[in-house]
Amino acid sequence: MTNTSEQILDISKIREDFPILKREINGKPLVYFDNAATSQTPRQVIDCIVDYYENKNANIHRGVHSLSQIATDAYEAARETVRKHFNAEFAHEIILTSGTTHSINLVANGYASVLKPEDEILVSAMEHHSNIVPWQMLCQKTGSQLKVIPMLHTGELDMEAYKELLNENTKLVFVNHVSNALGTINPIEQIINLAHGVDAKVLIDGAQAAPHLKADVQALDVDYYTVSAHKICGPTGVGMLYGKEELLNMLPPYQGGGEMISEVTFEKTTYAGLPHKFEAGTPNISGGIAFGAALDYMNNIGFDAIAAYEMELLNYATSEIQQIEEVEIYGTSPDKKTAVLSFNIAGLHPYDIGTLLDKMGIAVRTGHHCAQPIMEFYKIPGTVRASFSFYNTKAEIDAFITALKKAKSMLL
Amino acid sequence: MSSIQERQDEIIEEFSMFEDWMQRYEYMIELGKSLPLIDEKHKTEENIIKGCQSRVWVYAEMEKDNVEFTADSDAIITKGIIAILIRVFSGQKPEDIISADTGFIDAIGLKEHLSPTRANGLVSMIKQMKMYAIAYNSQQNNKA
Ligand SMILES: Cc1ncc(COP(=O)(O)O)c(C=O)c1O
Repeated sequence: MTNTSEQILDISKIREDFPILKREINGKPLVYFDNAATSQTPRQVIDCIVDYYENKNANIHRGVHSLSQIATDAYEAARETVRKHFNAEFAHEIILTSGTTHSINLVANGYASVLKPEDEILVSAMEHHSNIVPWQMLCQKTGSQLKVIPMLHTGELDMEAYKELLNENTKLVFVNHVSNALGTINPIEQIINLAHGVDAKVLIDGAQAAPHLKADVQALDVDYYTVSAHKICGPTGVGMLYGKEELLNMLPPYQGGGEMISEVTFEKTTYAGLPHKFEAGTPNISGGIAFGAALDYMNNIGFDAIAAYEMELLNYATSEIQQIEEVEIYGTSPDKKTAVLSFNIAGLHPYDIGTLLDKMGIAVRTGHHCAQPIMEFYKIPGTVRASFSFYNTKAEIDAFITALKKAKSMLL
Repeated sequence: MSSIQERQDEIIEEFSMFEDWMQRYEYMIELGKSLPLIDEKHKTEENIIKGCQSRVWVYAEMEKDNVEFTADSDAIITKGIIAILIRVFSGQKPEDIISADTGFIDAIGLKEHLSPTRANGLVSMIKQMKMYAIAYNSQQNNKA
């Protein structure tokens, strides 16, 4: 076995950072391959949350007292870290939200007063329900049309069909950067350019891309980009909406409350400027700060090294699993994929496989992965999805393959 | 005809002989293969139990005074679980099914499947079987 990247990254040292990786499940060492659902949290991020409550806890943006200033500074420093990571032009283009779902709903809600019945919205066939349902709700309100960009059997978007769907009525386009069910990396540069050609705005759901690659929102010229911190070693319940300044200024606020106003009388309220306009109420302060710590942690390791190592894991797992007869892998577009292995074994239900793997300490996701249209496309009830992260090892993949063979022999 | 309680005890006894989870699941898979299958024509949308990751259909008919269940699922472990339930409940009187305690699930080491968030929906299956019993019970009472 060649351990090149494993050595370059010093995986055993990295694993030391993740306390949970030492625990057992059902009496077996945990093999955590459900990273696409949520990633595990390194000690550095956990410490950051503890440090907040032990040393910095105060409400932000409102107190004159020093502690409030300390908390506010830490929160705003995290926003700056996020800005830098995604290369936004301004920190106020980074809205800290509770996650991708919140971010998407914020934008969808804003467009309710902008769209007209003749307008069209395009959404891809491989979206997470989070990036489908808010737009359906929006179209119900505005009477606009929701159209679907179809996918191909390889798990890639049908770009020819996309070009044909675009027209002068297209106002918004929604595509995920990376599909959560298949791992496909979509050609978002091209998608964005084509949409801009008809003056449509583009929201890219970056929830599944952020753990594996660094998006540069200015280089992409993307209009909106969303991320959840819990998929990139950060805490749950916090995330980002990036939006171009002029667009965020145009959108009406999503929720009303404290923090988001500049002046309130019973006759009229004037809203605060960006980003506060979209950040009503006391936010997840410790979470926001820890989001910054999580990005620092990952940048310290380095996204190039992470991507290279994860690719090695994916290739190893793919070639190993193909030794098992009657395995079908979904999402096969080569080298345009993150470390997600979505598969079925002929004649076996993903639920049965997942249940038995769990008994052997291996955590995978089974089912439709909140992307039912994809399952419908392939005419399957669901898949088994093993998703890898930089703290996983080839030895874990070996354990997974052994367990999978055992499960198969029990079920057949 | 043994009572619900006797059948539960029997199953607890059988499961107590297994030393590890593997044997338990192998047995459940076996049981799944012996499930009294639902007639294809009853595999309707209405007989599907919602909230399961696998699809599960349950159907019930009255044979004299007793409820007879048939079922199917596309997942074999789910079939095993429902086969256990059917072994306990099928051929019993509606009122006995309604009042039956299902604590034996815990005793045979399948407690994890009882969690309401568990995707196989064991709880929904039990509920559905009891609903059938309630429906047949009220039918009988109306006739009487
Ligand atoms: C592609 C994609 N979009 C959106 C979401 C929703 O993210 P969250 O639940 O953090 O809001 C997920 C999470 O699974 C996802 O994978």
